[in-house]
Amino acid sequence: MFAAGEDPGPSFFDLLLRLGVAPLPAPGDGGFAIDARHGTTVLALRFADGVVMAGDRRATMGHRIANRDMEKVVPADRHSGVAISGSAGTAMDMIKLFQLQLEHYEKLDGRAISLEGKANQLSQMVRSNLPAAMQGLVVVPIFAGYDLLRRTGRLWDFDVTGGRYEEREFVAQGSGSEPASTVLKISFRPGLARDEAIRVACRALWEAAEVDTATGGPDGLRRIYPVVATIDSEGWTRVEDPILAAVFDELVEDDRSRREVRS
Amino acid sequence: MPFYVSPEQVMKDRADYARKGIARGRALVALQYAGGILLVAENTSNTLRKISEIYDRIAFAGVGKYNEFDQLRRLGVRTADVKGYSFSRDDVEARSLANEYAQILGQIFTHEMKPMEVEILVAEVGSTPADDQLFHILYDGTLIDETGFCVLGGDAEAIVSRLEGQVSPELDLDTAVRLAASALSGPDRVLSAADSEVAVLERSAGRRCFRRLENGDVERLLG
Repeated sequence: MFAAGEDPGPSFFDLLLRLGVAPLPAPGDGGFAIDARHGTTVLALRFADGVVMAGDRRATMGHRIANRDMEKVVPADRHSGVAISGSAGTAMDMIKLFQLQLEHYEKLDGRAISLEGKANQLSQMVRSNLPAAMQGLVVVPIFAGYDLLRRTGRLWDFDVTGGRYEEREFVAQGSGSEPASTVLKISFRPGLARDEAIRVACRALWEAAEVDTATGGPDGLRRIYPVVATIDSEGWTRVEDPILAAVFDELVEDDRSRREVRS
Repeated sequence: MPFYVSPEQVMKDRADYARKGIARGRALVALQYAGGILLVAENTSNTLRKISEIYDRIAFAGVGKYNEFDQLRRLGVRTADVKGYSFSRDDVEARSLANEYAQILGQIFTHEMKPMEVEILVAEVGSTPADDQLFHILYDGTLIDETGFCVLGGDAEAIVSRLEGQVSPELDLDTAVRLAASALSGPDRVLSAADSEVAVLERSAGRRCFRRLENGDVERLLG
C-alpha cells in the first residue's frame, strides 16, 4: 500500500517504475544495431461507422521469414486497436504493456480513458522506447478506435520519437507502406461502407505484398490470411477468414482479367 | 504517566471499535448461481462502489469505511496486474490475494493505533461451481473460506439465517438477485434497484468475467 502522497495513481507504467520493474528496458549503451525479427505492413482507414485496421502476418529476420502467422493488429481494449510495425519483440512487449495500462486504468478509476487519452499513453510508451530505437529496435504503431464521446472512428500515426499525428482518412506503416498508401489514397472516399473499406484494406495489403518481400500475402495453401478488423460503436470485430478468402479471390480474378485484356 | 492496560483489553477495545464501525454500514451478500457468482450490496451511491473488478475471474467487495476498503481494492488491482504482467494471467488467483489481505489487516490490527473498519470479500469464479472460491476477511485479518454464499457487514447473522437452505448453484439469475435483495432488506421493507449495487462474475464470459448490472437491469430482475 502506498502512502497518500506517494500513490502512483491509475497508471500501470508508473506503478512498474515505482516498484523498480523497468518496462521496455533499453538494451545496453553499445552503439550496435541488433538484428531482430521485424514485422511489416499495417494500415488503418476510416469508414462510415468507425475504422478498419489491417496487417499482414509475416515477420522477417534479415532475408529469412521468421514467422508466417504473427498477429500485428490486436485489440487494445473493447473500442480501440493497435497495429505495430517494426521490431517484433519490443512491439509485442509494448502491446502487452499498453493493453494492461488501459485495463489497469479502467479498473482503478472505474471508467475507461478517452480515446485521445489512450493515443497519448501510447505515444509516451513509444517515446520511452527511444534509446532502444537508436539501436535498431524501432517500433512504430498505428492506433485507431471508435471515439464514444464524438461518435466517430479516429486514427493516429506515430513516429520513433513518440510524435503523435491524428490522420483524418487513412494511414499505412512499415516496409510495404508506400504501395499500400498509394492504394489507400486512390480508393479512399469519405463514408465508405464496411465491406468496401475491408476490400480497400485487402487491396492495399495485396499490392504491398506484391512488391515488398517483407510483407506476406494471403496464403491460401496454409489458410493464413491477413488480420483485418473493424471497430465501431459495438467494439472490435475481427473479419473472418472465409470472408477474407472471398475478397482475395475477387482481387486475383480482377488482376487476371486485366492481364487478359492487355495480351 | 505510563499505566498498564492488559493486552486482552487492548485487543478487545480495538475489536469493539472496528465491529461498531462495520455494523453502522449496510450489508453485502455474495452467492453462487447457475451462471457464476452474484454479488449484491445495499448502496445508495451510484458512483462510490462497494463491488469491483480485480482481475479476469476475481472480484472484490468491501463494507465499512469506504476510503479504507477502497485502499485495499486498489492494492488488489495493483498486485494482480503486476503479477499477471511478470508471470502469466493464469498465475493470478484469489487465494494468494486473500492471504495478502489477511496479512495486511492483521498487521494493521495489532500494530496501528486504529484498526481498519472493514470487512472484505475476494471472490473467484472457477471453471465449475465446485472451483468457485469465496474468501471472507475480517478487520483483524481472520480469513474464512466460505462455501455457497457469504454475508458481510452489519446485521450479518440475520441475513445469513434468511439465506440458509435457499442458496444453490442451480439458481437462475433473477431468482438469485431477488433472493439476495430480500435477504438484505428483511421482511419489513423492500430493497429498490436504486439502492442496490449488483455485479456478477460470469463463468463463461471469456477472459474478463466481471460485469456490473445497470439500475435498469436490476429493476427488471427484481420485477
